[in-house]
Amino acid sequence: MDTGEARRLLGTMWTIRAFEERLAELVANKQLPGLVHLSIGQEATATGACAALRADDYVYTGHRPDGPFIARGADLNRMMAELAGRTTGYCHGKAGSMHLVDVEHGLLSATGIVGGNLPLGLGSALVCQERGAGQVVAVFFGDGASNAGYFHESLNLASLWRLPLIFVCENNGYAEFTPLSAHTVIERLAVHAEKYGIPTTTLDGQDVLAVRAAVQEAVDHARGGGGPTFLECLTYRLSGHYVGDPQRYREAAELAEWQERDPIARFRRHLAGVGLLGPAAPSAGGEAAPGSHAGADGARDGVDEAALEREARERVEAAVRFALDSPWPSPDEVATEVYA
Amino acid sequence: MSQPATTTAPEAADRRVSLVVAINQALREEMARDPAVYVLGEDVAVGGPFGATAGLAELYGEGRVRNTPISEGSIMGTAVGMAVLGLRPVVEIMFVDFITLAMDQLVNHAAKLHYLSGGQLRVPLVVRAQCGVMGGWGAHHSQSLEAWFVHVPGLKVVMPATPADARGLLKAAIRDDNPVVFVENRALYWGLGDVPPGEGLVPLGQAAVRQAGGDVTVLATGRLVGEALAAARDLTGEGIAAEVIDLRSLVPLDLDSVLASVRKTGRVVVAHEAVLPGGYGAELTAQVQRAAFDYLDAPIERVGAPFAPVPASPSLEAAFLPGRAEVAAAVRAALGRR
Repeated sequence: MDTGEARRLLGTMWTIRAFEERLAELVANKQLPGLVHLSIGQEATATGACAALRADDYVYTGHRPDGPFIARGADLNRMMAELAGRTTGYCHGKAGSMHLVDVEHGLLSATGIVGGNLPLGLGSALVCQERGAGQVVAVFFGDGASNAGYFHESLNLASLWRLPLIFVCENNGYAEFTPLSAHTVIERLAVHAEKYGIPTTTLDGQDVLAVRAAVQEAVDHARGGGGPTFLECLTYRLSGHYVGDPQRYREAAELAEWQERDPIARFRRHLAGVGLLGPAAPSAGGEAAPGSHAGADGARDGVDEAALEREARERVEAAVRFALDSPWPSPDEVATEVYA
Repeated sequence: MSQPATTTAPEAADRRVSLVVAINQALREEMARDPAVYVLGEDVAVGGPFGATAGLAELYGEGRVRNTPISEGSIMGTAVGMAVLGLRPVVEIMFVDFITLAMDQLVNHAAKLHYLSGGQLRVPLVVRAQCGVMGGWGAHHSQSLEAWFVHVPGLKVVMPATPADARGLLKAAIRDDNPVVFVENRALYWGLGDVPPGEGLVPLGQAAVRQAGGDVTVLATGRLVGEALAAARDLTGEGIAAEVIDLRSLVPLDLDSVLASVRKTGRVVVAHEAVLPGGYGAELTAQVQRAAFDYLDAPIERVGAPFAPVPASPSLEAAFLPGRAEVAAAVRAALGRR
């Protein structure tokens, strides 16, 4: 990893964090409508996974779409405008958060149906296989989806047809308000995929480099005709299930424990350890890294995290202004685009 | 994706065919015409239970004619994921009863992705399924569920009643850029009819007047078209001239043709095999009375099955299934000849 890659990964994680922190404020203040699900704390999974994909690959997300969308390079203005229900949004205000689509970046669809994106991924992976151009599909879903019928049907079909499909399971320990231990007797979800003959890895989803490496391996395997891979990324959402969730279902100690594993702080510590971190102290995202480089060399050559965070927050603010200044869709558009 | 040579239109000797063979012809012709057309479903590579997909795998390979596990939800979702990237999958749901397992993908994904993406995605998908009460096959292999599909914005719904229409409508459905639910009545599968030479396309959204008449308009779908024609023959002896219209496509509905007939006759019977409450006939009745209230001389009569699951016993099945006698009775009622 060179400084440029480190900067891209950290900058992406900061952009997702800044976007969602601002989004939470806007929704809480009723400046934005909708039922919005955040992924604060899970940024390393989306960032690491998308960093291993090509521009012509495809992605499906679940009901927490922001991470993969931002990591794939979706336009923040059009994303925020869509979440704000404006006509300048990606989907002209018809999608909102849970149905985002950005075809230009291969982001074929989010879905509000837990597990509903898995068979969509099968079909698109089948198209990739038929095209023979080495494209792959990555589908993001959570531990909650592992109890849906689609999950098992899709593992079976992907393996049966050796589809170029990467199952990116963001195991954040909760299906909505219910902890994993109360929604399944299976402790390691990767076990399901093993039974269907799919290569699996369970990994630290807070480690952006580990995720990127695992997805890269899965992608290489799929591009070579090897078929699907199942990656169980152990992660945690520091935010509630949705904006406004009172979160009575979890203990403060558990939250504090996972705040220690904040993926941004974790990557910062790693960069400091390998001498890639610049001198500036961050304003958020956890404690300053021990042994951060100081001095002119570090400032010039290392990753200036404060600048990345500042830039991320500025881009998000610009997106908020763009969104809130954009016109509402005309009532005449309520029944347009129903049929092609 | 090789393109085997095949006939693009049925030979003259093949022009009198059964409805299920007409379906097979449409699939062969569309697969030959467009390499983007794929067929998938349970047992389709071996022809399926009724032979609708017979011979396709031999012609086009098991890559394009793909057997699936018994996973209706994921079969449907797979087809949606194919369609958004430009393929034209034809999914076979073996019995429309089984579509209950695929309704999430059909309703929440196939039907909505064009709208929800602000027009970025298209879902050129055909779902073939057969329905129909016959032979005591019972409640999970006989239902008529088309009213569910009609209620979902984004879906088109087609019900052929003749071999020529089955071929022509299916070809049009495959070429359509929207998800189309294509419901075939199993009781019609083996009935013969002429199919025209050439493409024989039948556009979606065009009703057909099967018999002209000036006294009453019978609006029928699927198997009830033939039953209505039989009833009309019976009624000629009573001096009643019924006009029988085969709707062919429920969505989009050819309301213009319907209204033209209603304005002429002033009396209307709607007839389908599905149960009456909440059925398509209710929607049709509402649209007709709203658009042609001043032309109506009598309440609109409806023919459909009783509000019960489809029973297995022959005596109960016969009591359940609406047919020519029920249509004739409804016509008499519409004419005040109870």
